[in-house]
Amino acid sequence: MTANWRGVRAIYAFEMARFGRTFWTSLMLPVITTALYFVVFGSAIGSRMTEVGDVPYGAFIVPGLMMLTMFTESISNASFGIYMPKWTGTIYEMLSAPLSPLETVIAYVGAAATKSVVIGAIIFATAHLFVDVQVAHPLLMAAFMILMAVTFCLFGFIIGIWAQSFEQLQVIPLLVVYPLTFLGGAFYSLDMLPAAWRTVTLFNPVVYLISGFRWTFFGKGDVGIEVSMGAVAFFLALCLGVIFWVFRTGYRLKN
Amino acid sequence: MTVVLQISGLGKTYKSGHKALSDVDLSINKGEIFALLGPNGAGKTTMISIVCGIVTASAGTVTVGGHDHAQGYRAARSMIGLVPQELHTDAFETVLATVSFSRGLFGKPKNPAFIEQLLKDLSLWDKRDSKIMELSGGMKRRVMIAKALSHEPEILFLDEPTAGVDVELRRDMWNMVRSLRERGVTIILTTHYIEEAEEMADRVGVITGGRLILVEQKDELIKKLGRKTLTLNLAEQLEAVPAELADWKLELAGDGHELVYEFDSQAEATGVPSLLRRMTDIGVAFKDLHTRQSSLEDIFVGLVHGGGDEE
Repeated sequence: MTANWRGVRAIYAFEMARFGRTFWTSLMLPVITTALYFVVFGSAIGSRMTEVGDVPYGAFIVPGLMMLTMFTESISNASFGIYMPKWTGTIYEMLSAPLSPLETVIAYVGAAATKSVVIGAIIFATAHLFVDVQVAHPLLMAAFMILMAVTFCLFGFIIGIWAQSFEQLQVIPLLVVYPLTFLGGAFYSLDMLPAAWRTVTLFNPVVYLISGFRWTFFGKGDVGIEVSMGAVAFFLALCLGVIFWVFRTGYRLKN
Repeated sequence: MTVVLQISGLGKTYKSGHKALSDVDLSINKGEIFALLGPNGAGKTTMISIVCGIVTASAGTVTVGGHDHAQGYRAARSMIGLVPQELHTDAFETVLATVSFSRGLFGKPKNPAFIEQLLKDLSLWDKRDSKIMELSGGMKRRVMIAKALSHEPEILFLDEPTAGVDVELRRDMWNMVRSLRERGVTIILTTHYIEEAEEMADRVGVITGGRLILVEQKDELIKKLGRKTLTLNLAEQLEAVPAELADWKLELAGDGHELVYEFDSQAEATGVPSLLRRMTDIGVAFKDLHTRQSSLEDIFVGLVHGGGDEE
């Protein structure tokens, strides 16, 4: 038998329907969050900051803001998507279905990543209401967005499989990813930090991701685009490797 | 007869060290109804879960319709429908959506007419747009069955299908099982309600302590292991079994008003005529008598408590 694309479509559609049920909250949340950030950072504080490099501060924070929301959304949606069947027990059906591990991942991660990209696009559109943002490399920017969404959804998928309680489901996004993103240059350039802190910050993997995304907007980042690309590829490969291992061993899925 | 499911040397030891299954061999024929009997914790669900791909076996092989269930898992799993013991459902989905989802998950093209008929057969059609969380337990059980049948499996596993189910649903389920059999579907059910096995199964397997201790045609089993009891209602109360009747190993019951004789109905000499003659000779009169064939339940209890316990 060949690949079970109907099965993939069934899960994808199921997940999209789940998002559909909370469509308005899913849509309104990023819009409101973005607006709040622009009011606080863009207008209140940003008016005193003027420019970072030669980019107006308001525009400067757009890529960081998109990444911040997309990281957390990707992780929470993908982890929830696979955690729920584990929690309700309906995972029995996935495990007994003629579906390969890769197909299962494509379906769940594909659906969660779709939602993340949509949210990213909404933030991007909302940002235009407040500031003038020019994108230097639109195609690369779109590719980066999709790649980031997929990578963090894979990461979320792993968390969903690992988690054994709702608390564990929240721990990594809130205690690790959110701070790392916040401190990863979402709202500032590394040049603005004292030298010692700049060195410390370079150990934060998220720096390379945000910097790369910002590069697609303004043609420059805190680190070179090649370094960012390498970091993305590394993180993607790492997540894929872990997922491969999860399905090989049946970790927390099968006895 | 074609073998549709072949289990060889199947074993499962959980990480905790608990040995749930040891060296199970079983062949299931196409189109039969096979009942797997056993007490709680005997390994019934573990065995089913391995065949369906939910639990990984520690030893042995499973072949479904000629396909190895690990190597050829797509073909093997496509043939199987599973109704698990627990009611695992997505609370927010509607009945129709969840059943259609299952069909898609198993790679079958959409077939609204088939799904409609399936839901009608299970008295779910009127509830098709209801969310599952709004349904009663019995209705949820029907949804689980509909999901398992949505991809037209050739083998259906029913794990404790009638546990905690009302009489009406149980009767519906039995009817459904029979009509599925007429269509050539092979059915494997686990139960600890022996009447269920007795009512429906062609063959019976008894599992206890992770070992399949017996597989037999149901009728043969009852004939072979079945014992009959003869109960004599005495005209006068007895203090003890008379010494003259010691050869028959009788038991005194009903406050001395009954004599009970257990015998093997298949034996050459059952001992019944001679017992009755001797009783007349020594003047023990009886008003009435009746015999009873032991049920599957008696056999089962005898098997499970008579040496099968290895846990």
